[in-house]
Amino acid sequence: MLTIEQLSLRLPHYGTGYAAWWKRSWATCLDNLSLHFLTGEVHALVGASGAGKSLLAYAIMGLLPASARLNGQLCYQGQLLDKRSQKTLRGRELALIPQSLNALDPLVRTQRQVAWAAERAGQSSGSARQSARQALDHYRLDTRAQQAYAHELSGGMARRVLTAMAHVSQAQLVIADEPTVGLDPHQRQRVLAALRDLADQGKTVILITHDLRHALPIADRVTIMRSGKLIETAPAHAFQGTGRSLTNAYSQALWLALPDNAFTLPKPCAASIADKAAGIKAQQEISVA
Amino acid sequence: MIRHQPRLRALLSAGITLLLIMGLIASQWLLGDTPQQMQFDARLAPPSLAHWFGTDALGRELWARTLAGLSISFWVGCLAALLSTLIALSLAALAALSRRLDALVSLLIDTLLSVPHLILLMLIAFALGGGTQAVIIAVAATHWPSLARVLRAELLHLRQAPYVRISRALGKSRWFVLHSHLLPHLLPHCLIGALLLFPHAILHEAALTFLGFGLSPSQPAVGVLLAEAMRYLTGGYWWLGVFPGLGLLIMVLCFARLGSNLRRAL
Amino acid sequence: MALDVRLINFITQELAQGIAKRLARLTLVLLCVALVSFGLMMASPIDPIDAYLGPQMAQVSPEQRELIAQRWGFDAPPVVQFSHWLRQLLSGDLGWSHVYNQPVSEVIGQRFQRSIALLGGAWLLSALLGFSLGVVAGAKEGSTLDKIISTYAYITASTPAFWLAILAVLLFSVFLGWTPTCCAGPTGILSQQVSLAQRLHHLVLPIATLALLGIANITLHTRHRMLEFMRSEVATHAFAQGASRLDVAWRHGIRHACLPAMTLAFASLGELFGGSILIEQVFAYPGLGQATVAAGLRSDIPLLLGIALFTALFVSIGNLMADSLYGVIDPRIKLGDL
Repeated sequence: MLTIEQLSLRLPHYGTGYAAWWKRSWATCLDNLSLHFLTGEVHALVGASGAGKSLLAYAIMGLLPASARLNGQLCYQGQLLDKRSQKTLRGRELALIPQSLNALDPLVRTQRQVAWAAERAGQSSGSARQSARQALDHYRLDTRAQQAYAHELSGGMARRVLTAMAHVSQAQLVIADEPTVGLDPHQRQRVLAALRDLADQGKTVILITHDLRHALPIADRVTIMRSGKLIETAPAHAFQGTGRSLTNAYSQALWLALPDNAFTLPKPCAASIADKAAGIKAQQEISVA
Repeated sequence: MIRHQPRLRALLSAGITLLLIMGLIASQWLLGDTPQQMQFDARLAPPSLAHWFGTDALGRELWARTLAGLSISFWVGCLAALLSTLIALSLAALAALSRRLDALVSLLIDTLLSVPHLILLMLIAFALGGGTQAVIIAVAATHWPSLARVLRAELLHLRQAPYVRISRALGKSRWFVLHSHLLPHLLPHCLIGALLLFPHAILHEAALTFLGFGLSPSQPAVGVLLAEAMRYLTGGYWWLGVFPGLGLLIMVLCFARLGSNLRRAL
Repeated sequence: MALDVRLINFITQELAQGIAKRLARLTLVLLCVALVSFGLMMASPIDPIDAYLGPQMAQVSPEQRELIAQRWGFDAPPVVQFSHWLRQLLSGDLGWSHVYNQPVSEVIGQRFQRSIALLGGAWLLSALLGFSLGVVAGAKEGSTLDKIISTYAYITASTPAFWLAILAVLLFSVFLGWTPTCCAGPTGILSQQVSLAQRLHHLVLPIATLALLGIANITLHTRHRMLEFMRSEVATHAFAQGASRLDVAWRHGIRHACLPAMTLAFASLGELFGGSILIEQVFAYPGLGQATVAAGLRSDIPLLLGIALFTALFVSIGNLMADSLYGVIDPRIKLGDL
């Protein structure tokens, strides 16, 4: 479906000191990534904040800032992706569910925005309006929510609107960037189930998240990233027990760090944390007094 | 290439502006009394190799008068911008002291902002009876409110900022808070504010002089030159009107670009 | 339903309170303007009696001067003079203009009628053109069109208004002869007999010049907003849906840039008026701006004070509109404040 080969990304940044006034340096944000996504799978990208997950998504979509320097190859269904082909594929074949709820236009009513997304995917304005209504109904947003502005929606509703916008585009590759942030467990289940649904319809879903727990129930394969580098790609069932089938120590640690895995701190660490907690408590008592 | 490097851009425009200022100062030295020298055989001569920008009705070289006018404008603008930044800073600081003073200062700001600049300038110049001093004071007194408003908002915001409150709660002195927390925030605002005030100050000085309220007509100020040019306009003596204004435009443009480039870079 | 009614009541109450607060502030500010401008007039070294007499200054004996001072209250302490003037002001009497030999209110009324055509035309033109140019330039940063428009805007933003007017007169009136060089109508014809076409013919160049200057600010501001918007999450999301730049600018960008542009247009009335003073002076257009200059140069204190107050009112109402626009148009503020 989508193949990434030796992808590297650099972004300009200014250092400190006087030299920063005329010299610009580069920060390597993605380092020699090679990855393969299959049709009909949910592929989770997991890593700590700043691992480069979102940048990878933007690189696939072709939405990087103009000053970014990209090396390597992206292949979508045998076709080499460049700026122009990304532009024609965006919205029709590639869809992005953005991380931030601010991505909804605050000055446009919900239903209209979804209809615009459908129009951009190539539908006529009449059918776009209809499919917008259908998609919003499908994600259980009532008429009142459909006629509301973004600030009148709850976080869960806004998430569902964003998902609906990706849904109406009929895209074959859906990238969901942290779709579970700020949702309660019930809402989270729903959003994740919707993504699983899309994959079961034969689409490819890339699920970006920093929490392994959210990814595992629906993912087929999991890729662990760390500071721009690819650590390991493993099937979801490899994350079980003591994680012995994982080859990399970092992904093992990530798995073992989950609270459910009866994770215990090494003794010296635990002692120092206990010391600190006592110190904080003592300070609080002093300040209260 | 330079599009993505705002700091390099700011440096470049600073260099150009510096060159311009040095050229103006040097021209003051080199010109001597050329701007006032009359040539009776070359009155209202069009631009040529002998008379670069042409001459005026008394046969005075227009290029020399334009340069002299620009350096007058520059000094007046400098002083006025400096003065008005000082006023803005001190009133903003005053507003931060107590709530009652704050209300007073913001009322003053609102009052001055509700009268068109040019009318206020005319009123102040009228009250002071005209002349160079009056122009500088008038321009300084009318241009501070917008900067003061920014600085006041910034100060009020800073005073409430957690790190300032923590710093004071930790027992740091007022001087320490001012020196290490407030000034680093305010100084860039002041610098850029002053730089952005400068073009306005020059333009308003020239406008005031042009209308007859500002510098005395015996000085070769740009406003005076253009007011003179008005009298010869219908005769087709275009150079009198074109060159002094062009000079002013270039100077103002330099400073305005420097201000906005610097704002983007900082 | 009951909730909705309560909500509407609440909103109207809020609105009424807001308006009352703004009006009170407006009155206070105007009072301050009166105080400041009166104070400036009192501080002036120009003798009000000399100004009143004009060229007949030398023909008047000291006794007569005293009579004049008594008649007009020039000998009273400033505070008394101010309260006297303020009382007159409240009863609608702005005083007597000795330059035009008319009541000040009449001078302002007549002159403003002529100026409003100039101001209104230039204001509308600069707002509309400035906004559209700003949107076009901001839609694609660094494009050829953007470079042309922003260079134009940067240059005109730094151009002295009166110099541009001089250039316009030189080019269109002196060399090309398309438009007249002066006044609001042909010389030698009574103002009542000037036809509409003639009026427009005399107005076209001043309006164009004033608009040309006003465009720059609105263009730069709108362009800045558009650039900011094009980098925002909303725009990125729209691009991710496959929208073209034109689509994003047209459907989303305009909505986001429109409000700031309108606010700026209302807030820049003072600058517009300042520009009109200079332009009326160059084109010898007999509007309020020219009267201001005449009043200042010939020490017509009542007229100067009247104009200062009138323009302050004009500008304050513009500022008020600019402040209130957000509450009326932006859906986030309508309910977001509650």
